[in-house]
Amino acid sequence: MKKPGGQSINFRDNARQALQNPTLRRAMRHATETFRNKRNDAIDGIPFEEWREQASELRKSIIGNINGYVDEFAVNATKRGAIVHRAKTAADARDLITAILKDNGAKSIVKSKSMVTEEIHLNKCLADLGFRVIETDLGEYIIQIAGETPSHIIVPAIHRSKEQIGQLFCEKLGCDFSDDPAVLTDTARKLLRQEFLSADAAISGANCYIANTGSIVLFTNEGNGRMVTTLPPLHIVVTSIEKALPSIDDLPLLMRLLPRSATGQVLTSYLSIISGQRMAYSTMDTKRLHIVLLDNGRSEIARGPYWEMLKCIKCGACMNVCPVYGMIGGHAYASTYPGPMGVILSTLLNGLENAHPLLDATTLCGACAEACPVKVPLLKLLYELREMRVAKGYNNTLEGVSMRGFGIAAKNAHIFRTGQASAGALWPLAGILSPVTVNRLPKPVKRTFRRRFS
Amino acid sequence: MRVQLFATCLVDTFFPETGEAVLKILDHYGVNIVYPREQTCCGKPPNSAGYRKEARQAAKHFISVFDGTDPIVIPSGSCASMVKNHYPDLFKDDPKMFRKAEALARRTFELSQFLVNVLKVHETGFPNGHGKITYHASCQLTRELGARTEPLELLKSIKGAEFVPMNNADRCCGFGGVFMGKMPEISMALADDKVDSIIETNADIVTGCDHGCLMNITDAAKRRNVDFQIKHIATVLAEAL
Repeated sequence: MKKPGGQSINFRDNARQALQNPTLRRAMRHATETFRNKRNDAIDGIPFEEWREQASELRKSIIGNINGYVDEFAVNATKRGAIVHRAKTAADARDLITAILKDNGAKSIVKSKSMVTEEIHLNKCLADLGFRVIETDLGEYIIQIAGETPSHIIVPAIHRSKEQIGQLFCEKLGCDFSDDPAVLTDTARKLLRQEFLSADAAISGANCYIANTGSIVLFTNEGNGRMVTTLPPLHIVVTSIEKALPSIDDLPLLMRLLPRSATGQVLTSYLSIISGQRMAYSTMDTKRLHIVLLDNGRSEIARGPYWEMLKCIKCGACMNVCPVYGMIGGHAYASTYPGPMGVILSTLLNGLENAHPLLDATTLCGACAEACPVKVPLLKLLYELREMRVAKGYNNTLEGVSMRGFGIAAKNAHIFRTGQASAGALWPLAGILSPVTVNRLPKPVKRTFRRRFS
Repeated sequence: MRVQLFATCLVDTFFPETGEAVLKILDHYGVNIVYPREQTCCGKPPNSAGYRKEARQAAKHFISVFDGTDPIVIPSGSCASMVKNHYPDLFKDDPKMFRKAEALARRTFELSQFLVNVLKVHETGFPNGHGKITYHASCQLTRELGARTEPLELLKSIKGAEFVPMNNADRCCGFGGVFMGKMPEISMALADDKVDSIIETNADIVTGCDHGCLMNITDAAKRRNVDFQIKHIATVLAEAL
């Protein structure tokens, strides 16, 4: 079977390791259960299904005309003084961002949370070039000083306990140990305040951009987003093309659905709508606003059979309900985006060659599709990508052989019966070949149910 | 009324007593049962693993064996969902087979849905229940077939038994068909969680509509010291009759 070279993700080993980490398992269980309960409370007694349907239709129409919205946004944002860039690939985006920073003589950068910058591995690139980059979302700050990547798209340090964070702060920041979240937050707040005031550039993501006004929108909870996008003289927004909304009138729907689905909040704490450069009447320095719109394969995905994945609004609800994710956390997926949406998006962005083992990271239970606030048919896409994996030859060879045998037996009751009988006879042998699975199953009975009818 | 019974591979190969229980219940309600002897597998394993060709082979055979217009009863949510939801999709590029698959899907029912929605058995009134019964809501039954209330109506109406809901009843037990074999560690960890939820209820019996899940739960239970029994809903109902 043709299997082009390249390193694929060793999901099973990663998962096995995660399962052996009791702290991780406790943290994941507690956090995902809390988010599930909060979400259930937040959607109780509201016309959630109706909003989901509206949002689904809206997102569908957007993805159908994605480059039209990119163009409209670029025109309107430019009118308001922003400089809009389009990056075809991750490397293009990194080059653009680096050039903007250099042109502006920026050395010290504060960031607010952005998964798209994780996707393009921006922090490592900037650090290698000698820039000082500080993450200011508390979760991102924690994993930055720990030298880790986010394990959840909304809650990047979800895998860590407060005791672990206390130890980390103690070790890396030289403060006294505390596992009180309020004390730890205060420690980070004091250190970050200095960073906000001294940084000469800011990089943020965007939860969506609005085509008819040229605005970008941030949903945040800690206030760091406001600091990042107002204090430094240069602000670079990095976002991906599918995050369009046609009109500012569409924003309320997202405002209702996104926080409820993500964290179970009825409303986000801070909603920032940034429309172009700071106006002339501002008393502060004129701010330079650059917006980098990343494609990185999305235009092609939008044209292909799996386009519905781009409806995703990156709320993370599918992760919080996924039994597999809840058991092992995000790092086992070895991808920017973990959980059900991550399995699909990583496969589409990085290719089957790299990501095909992730397609085993699902029991196909369907909880993800049920939770999705924009009705991305996650379950259907998982089935379809598994078919694609077989069609492209990235399946397991032995599995392929046994499925072919199965297909022949399924067509003929006589062969099927013979297969059943030999399975019974060969059961001890099967137990030796595949002990983990076979020992978990009961033994086949001597007299099958069908024999009562013969 | 006459129905065709698709027993499923698991009942046929591992749990024939569940098949007997199905016969007993249907017989109680005066249903005539035809068992098409050429039946094999619905094709769920290849379909879930991405083997469309093999899934179509199984589906074609099923469609030819389960001929006619009688309802088809299946004591499994995942097999019933395979026939009802996935067969039409397998033949979406073959109009003739698609029409057949759709017609077949319309007359296919998971056992609890058949009892409640077709036979209109809302109250079994079965007299011989005993002990506390809890229920695991299997994934395809709950989310693909939408059978959220039917099994509960049946179980709650058994006299002499007490129904106790478990926490996270509709959370996956970790079976997932091929998942159990490919990701055994995660599968076992999820089954352990399910056993914890069952233990919390103090139930004497845990039941469900899918032998796949019950098999996975049985394995987790046998590695622990538990004192509940694990029975398919057909067996629970038949024993209470």
